[in-house]
Amino acid sequence: MQDNQDLEKKLLPPMVEGDHSFASVTDKISDVTLKKRTPFHWFIGFGIAFMVAQLLMVSVVWLLANGIGIWGNNQPVGWAFDIINFVWWIGIGHAGTLISAILLLLNQKWRTSINRFAEAMTLFAVACAAMFPLLHTGRPWLAAYWLFPYPNTMGIWPQFRSPLIWDVFAVSTYATVSALFWYVGLIPDFATLRDRAKNKYFRFAYAALSWGWRGSARHWHRYEITYLILAGLSTPLVLSVHSIVSFDFSVSQLPGWHATIFPPYFVAGAVFAGFAMVLILCIPLRHWYRMQDFITHQHLVYMAKVMLATGLIVCYGYAMEAFFGWYSASQYEVFMVKNRIWEGPYWWSYWLLIICNGLSIQLLWFERFRNSEFWLFVISLVVSVGMWLERFVIIVTSLHRDFLPSSWAMYSPQVWDWSMFIGTMGLFFTLIYLFVRFVPIISIFEVRTLLPEANVHGHHQDFEENVVMVEETYDRTDPPNH
Amino acid sequence: MADKIYGIMAEFDTPTQLVDAANRVREAGFKKTDAFSPFPLHEIDEALGIKRSILPYMIFASGITGLLGGLGLVYFVHVIDYPIIVGGRPHFSLPAFIPPMYELTILFSAAMAVFGMLFLNGLPAPYHPVFNVPRFALATREKFFLLIEAKDELYDYEKTRAFMEGLGGQEVFDVPE
Repeated sequence: MQDNQDLEKKLLPPMVEGDHSFASVTDKISDVTLKKRTPFHWFIGFGIAFMVAQLLMVSVVWLLANGIGIWGNNQPVGWAFDIINFVWWIGIGHAGTLISAILLLLNQKWRTSINRFAEAMTLFAVACAAMFPLLHTGRPWLAAYWLFPYPNTMGIWPQFRSPLIWDVFAVSTYATVSALFWYVGLIPDFATLRDRAKNKYFRFAYAALSWGWRGSARHWHRYEITYLILAGLSTPLVLSVHSIVSFDFSVSQLPGWHATIFPPYFVAGAVFAGFAMVLILCIPLRHWYRMQDFITHQHLVYMAKVMLATGLIVCYGYAMEAFFGWYSASQYEVFMVKNRIWEGPYWWSYWLLIICNGLSIQLLWFERFRNSEFWLFVISLVVSVGMWLERFVIIVTSLHRDFLPSSWAMYSPQVWDWSMFIGTMGLFFTLIYLFVRFVPIISIFEVRTLLPEANVHGHHQDFEENVVMVEETYDRTDPPNH
Repeated sequence: MADKIYGIMAEFDTPTQLVDAANRVREAGFKKTDAFSPFPLHEIDEALGIKRSILPYMIFASGITGLLGGLGLVYFVHVIDYPIIVGGRPHFSLPAFIPPMYELTILFSAAMAVFGMLFLNGLPAPYHPVFNVPRFALATREKFFLLIEAKDELYDYEKTRAFMEGLGGQEVFDVPE
């Protein structure tokens, strides 16, 4: 019996640790927003992030004043930091949707305590991502008629056969649906904050945000339908978004871009990068706010495993890219592969990418590294760098050697390329800090459902409970009154 | 209790007690009932006799609208209003039009899933009589509440209140209008 319990604990570890009740779960998570004094480290972190975000503002103003000539990209490398950073950010967002939607459909209960901030991460990452293509147009206020189909005085329309317009539709739908999903998840928790807030301004704000939610059974019934259907819609959506992002490349005729493996390889890379970012965020967060009972050690181990699995898919993608280049027997493809891997001037970026994304994750095979928060954090940082390099390699090495040797040129990023990229990180972390301060970082109502006392006994239970029920019934002298 | 009463409410400690009580309320023939819990309880739907919502059909219809709307948009733009040959493809090049149609299908469905849910739930509702019970603030924390509205055909203040007190809850409250 003892062995069985140990085995069960190993196979199905509890997702909430410690001795918790509905009330203690609620208090612990909502106190971060409502009761506790804002910790000193919050001000330091927010201050730094906010200052870095100012760099973005300066960069944007300078860009709009001078045009995109201040960036380093020029023919033949017409796309560089703007698209690298766009793909990097949007990829990071994908883990949030994977956690909130796909793991929900797969009934993975461990998603429950990490989905809230993973979704917030998605939203903020998409906001950072969207900035790059918009600003790459140079005059974003004129770009509206290139991007959105509205009747304008010039009588022209966007080109719906172009992957770039597909991208506009995919990313704007993704941003909208992610925001809706996140907000729907927040409604019951805002109601909790409303009922617990002492400060009348906060109470008013949370009351408005909760839309008067009162936890009625009929409301929950429809709410659950909405939640499940949103998960069902987000799943094909998230797969389509990064597939379409990869179409930006693979629909073109350029060697190094024109590959059928791009959509699945990009989606796996997105999830890979996203899980790395979730780990980067949640390892410090669970310590600062003492959330180890909810974001348990087991959560980190699961995320490490997902990272390892998706990382291996990405490595398979690298291998196939090289294989198809060779197998195509096209001299341009073969040249591109050789140039990318050892002959070209950017060979170092390729090997750095292999070290970051291919070699570093091999450590995750070992329990020692999966169990160490320090190593998980370091590996996640390395993977984030690696995924950025992946887009650098795909974009810059494919473009800098044009079909005509007379057009060959090198690309190097300028100060304003870097300042804008670093500035979006500032914006991202500013938004994350604000989110942590004003919104419950863990979905309170979903964590309540994980507690054993959330189960209703005697009506609709699984097999094991049924057996206990039957035994109890036989023990009793009076018939049960259910 | 001179004020008008909206209904009578009982408080419970556990979801099991709530579902048991809800079953007895339904068996007693009450129709205008509601339950309140800090998280979704699947068993309560059956216990209170809540019918399956029409929301999924609304979402489906909205998704179809998005799909056809997307088709209409690209057809109008590339076949009717501004036909132009690009990349040697026909004016109506459906495979290339699928991504925008697909995204609009999802966008419309998701919007209906959220706004349809809020609409059917009658939200936003800044005021509701149940908020008049001070203990009801715990419904979003740890407690479970069951309500019989005064509009119910079987409602009779004395009898209904006595019935509610017999359900084994913590406490029974009058909910002022």
